[in-house]
Amino acid sequence: MRINGVQKQYHSGLTVSEILMRENFEKERVAVELNEEIISKDDYDNTVLKDTDVMEVVSFMGGGSQ
Amino acid sequence: MKQDRFMLGGQEFQSRFILGSGKYNVELIQAAVEQAGAQIITLAVRRANSSSEGNIMDFIPEGITLLPNTSGARNAQEAVRIARLSRELGCGNFVKIEIMRDSKYLLPDNQETVKATELLAKEGFVVLPYMYPDLNIARDLVNAGAAAVMPLAAPIGSNKGLATREFIKILIDEIDLPIIVDAGIGRPSQACEVMEMGAAAVMANTAIATAGDIPKMASAFGKAIEAGREAYLSGLGRVQESGGEASSPLTGFLRD
Repeated sequence: MRINGVQKQYHSGLTVSEILMRENFEKERVAVELNEEIISKDDYDNTVLKDTDVMEVVSFMGGGSQ
Repeated sequence: MKQDRFMLGGQEFQSRFILGSGKYNVELIQAAVEQAGAQIITLAVRRANSSSEGNIMDFIPEGITLLPNTSGARNAQEAVRIARLSRELGCGNFVKIEIMRDSKYLLPDNQETVKATELLAKEGFVVLPYMYPDLNIARDLVNAGAAAVMPLAAPIGSNKGLATREFIKILIDEIDLPIIVDAGIGRPSQACEVMEMGAAAVMANTAIATAGDIPKMASAFGKAIEAGREAYLSGLGRVQESGGEASSPLTGFLRD
């Protein structure tokens, strides 16, 4: 699967929560998109990833314009 | 004295200074916010770093309204995607739309901005579109459900000041929404000037981020914006067409 543009070798069947933990992301500070669909925080524990999934994990950064 | 209220998205603000959080050390954010007296701060949404690298949210004081931007979006669809992700981050429903196709001057794509404004306003966002000051587009943004209009003063990050002065004035005169001047303002005097003209608020980032003393410049901007607002509310004195006019009595001179 791809996480933030990088190919990762996780096996299928891990949940979003498990991936976030392994990737060292802070659950409260991120938003997650799976194949361009937003996954709400309530569903992190019960959303299971497949090999072909594309996951984006975003957070706030400093920014004014562009 | 009648209370001067700045209403945005159904919320009331005392400060008319929207502070950017880019291009400077996050550890200075709290001092900058406090010195500026700012109540709204802009943020960008990007791919997350791991938790060991720290998070900007740890540096933003309590009670500050967050205004995420859609920077990085090249069209309406990408802006909508970023806006939805920003709302999912759980910090309210304000969004500043930024859509650029041009990477040299960073000028906003006005047409795509109208499209994104319409889509996001329908989804319940408080939409603040960053735009090139064009009256027709500003009217389209009003109809699309924008909460304010954010015309640029000069290219982003340029510190060049009020290059679009006359066109911003047209928006202030003709558009019933708050006009928040964003981008290009380089000095407190320019922020003051646009507030004197009747702008509802000013947003600044680079002018502060590139200053020698960041919290001090934030303070200077805060004061300039307040001064400009007060001058606007006072009604500026008239300009004499030609010649001078004494302001001291024209009698009682110590001469014959």
